[in-house]
Amino acid sequence: MSYFCDKYPVIEKKALAGGIFSITVKCPDAANAAEVGQFANILADGYTLRRPISICEIDKDQGTLRFVFEVRGKGTEVISHANVGDNLDVLGPLGNGFKVPEGKKVIVVGGGIGVPPLLGIAKQCGADCTAILGFRSYDKVILDKEFAAYGANTIVCTDDGSVGYHGVVTTPLTEELAKGNVDLVCACGPEPMIKAVVKECEDNNIPCRVSLEQRMGCGVGACVVCSCMTVRNGKEYYSRVCKDGPVFDAKEVRFDG
Amino acid sequence: MADLSVKIAGVDFKNPVIMASGAYGNGECYTDLYPISELGGISCKGMTIEPKMGNIPPRIAETPSGILNSVGLQNIGVRGFVDYYLDTLKEEGKGTVIIANVAGATLDDYIAAAEILESSNVDMIELNISCPNVKAGGATWGVTTEGAAAVTKAVRNATKKPLIVKLTPNVTSIADIAKAVEAEGADSISVINTLLGMRIDIRNRRPILHNNVGGLSGPAIFPVAVRCVWQCFNAVKIPIIGMGGISTWEDAVEMMLAGASAIQMGTAIFTDPYAPLKVTEGLAKYMDDNGIKSLSEIVGQVKPW
Repeated sequence: MSYFCDKYPVIEKKALAGGIFSITVKCPDAANAAEVGQFANILADGYTLRRPISICEIDKDQGTLRFVFEVRGKGTEVISHANVGDNLDVLGPLGNGFKVPEGKKVIVVGGGIGVPPLLGIAKQCGADCTAILGFRSYDKVILDKEFAAYGANTIVCTDDGSVGYHGVVTTPLTEELAKGNVDLVCACGPEPMIKAVVKECEDNNIPCRVSLEQRMGCGVGACVVCSCMTVRNGKEYYSRVCKDGPVFDAKEVRFDG
Repeated sequence: MADLSVKIAGVDFKNPVIMASGAYGNGECYTDLYPISELGGISCKGMTIEPKMGNIPPRIAETPSGILNSVGLQNIGVRGFVDYYLDTLKEEGKGTVIIANVAGATLDDYIAAAEILESSNVDMIELNISCPNVKAGGATWGVTTEGAAAVTKAVRNATKKPLIVKLTPNVTSIADIAKAVEAEGADSISVINTLLGMRIDIRNRRPILHNNVGGLSGPAIFPVAVRCVWQCFNAVKIPIIGMGGISTWEDAVEMMLAGASAIQMGTAIFTDPYAPLKVTEGLAKYMDDNGIKSLSEIVGQVKPW
């Protein structure tokens, strides 16, 4: 794995929903090195810290990376102002991806802005992927048609029932797991959702990989601020979300740590 | 091309840009972008005699023109540093000065760490008596002249390695601390460590850092650092390594005019990983443009009113 840092041109930009943007940059070297589930640390002009943003799609032929992100504060707002023709200063690809083996039956579970990094799994697995995507309400739903276009069995859930399942992602997850024939679950989203998904997988004895978030500094493993408590060989220690993650085997993560 | 070399405590640096402890790991994290041999030196991640787990996250908060951090010295221990990192650093550095930053809770901790490093091939030791993020030791040594003198004396007796003492700005008179460590045999001082700060999330009334308080770094603290370096320069004869918010070559020149013989950079690389190289290039051009043969010509050359 290797990463790059340069200013890359924005070649496509779309607003997907209120405050949620899709920006594609031309960065052949970074795109060629990227894996599904990795992220990039993107400079927001005027701010000390870069903003970690997950990679939504990798196109190695076109040499592009696509980022889908939500404006959460002033830094992401600055990044959202980048238009076609502008440059984005991108440090990436960073971290470890989902590493989904070929030919596996996978369920991906995404919550809100945790959905984008899972799209690459649908692209890889097609009809062998079931995508359970949870959102607050209909106006926050993103990427569902793209999961479906890649052939994934796509199930949308909303907290308010305005579209799809009325309720949380674990209800359809339980049903899908009960059908059997699942090799792996991959999840990204808010911590309560991740915890619920991990418990469901434990109860059904299905391997689970989770993509985690933490307040981050350098993005490359140097500053050791984006810690999460992990257990390996019976020993507890703080792993770095940026370098050791962001995708972890759920068995290694201590969510109450 | 200008000769950027500087000498500190008898140690030759190919250029005056040193990566600050805590921002650069043990040199292993940025090699995808450029080799560590481009750097004048690396002050490695603060190490303690026993490995430390570090503080509960969140450990970082962004602030206007800076960051607050409270990592709490998560590290693999001095022995781990020597066994796993040091040889690679020396080999890949090709003359880049490798500095071991050492922290401890007790005098015995500092002495034991210094003894291990004494028999290693590390180039220099930087005594961290200024870490604001650990409960025992750390800055508690660095905030009194007696404490700073005691640690310096103990470590001085345990090692012949060139000894830098890193000072905290969270004191009444940093010049008095500088004089105290000089008197006990410090070969150099690095000025400054982070300023103690705090941020609160107004929605849940919780401090953003789990440790409640942490160390402020970045451009926000640069003027404080320049002031501290200048005060120390007027108080001691040993060379000063200036640090605190440097992100451009102009900052580096300013710090040298205040009295720094070399500089350290930390937070700036989070914004721009190439910042150290840009500072080196900028300094070279500045020397050429102004007919400066050696950076030592500008050290302390501020003309106070």
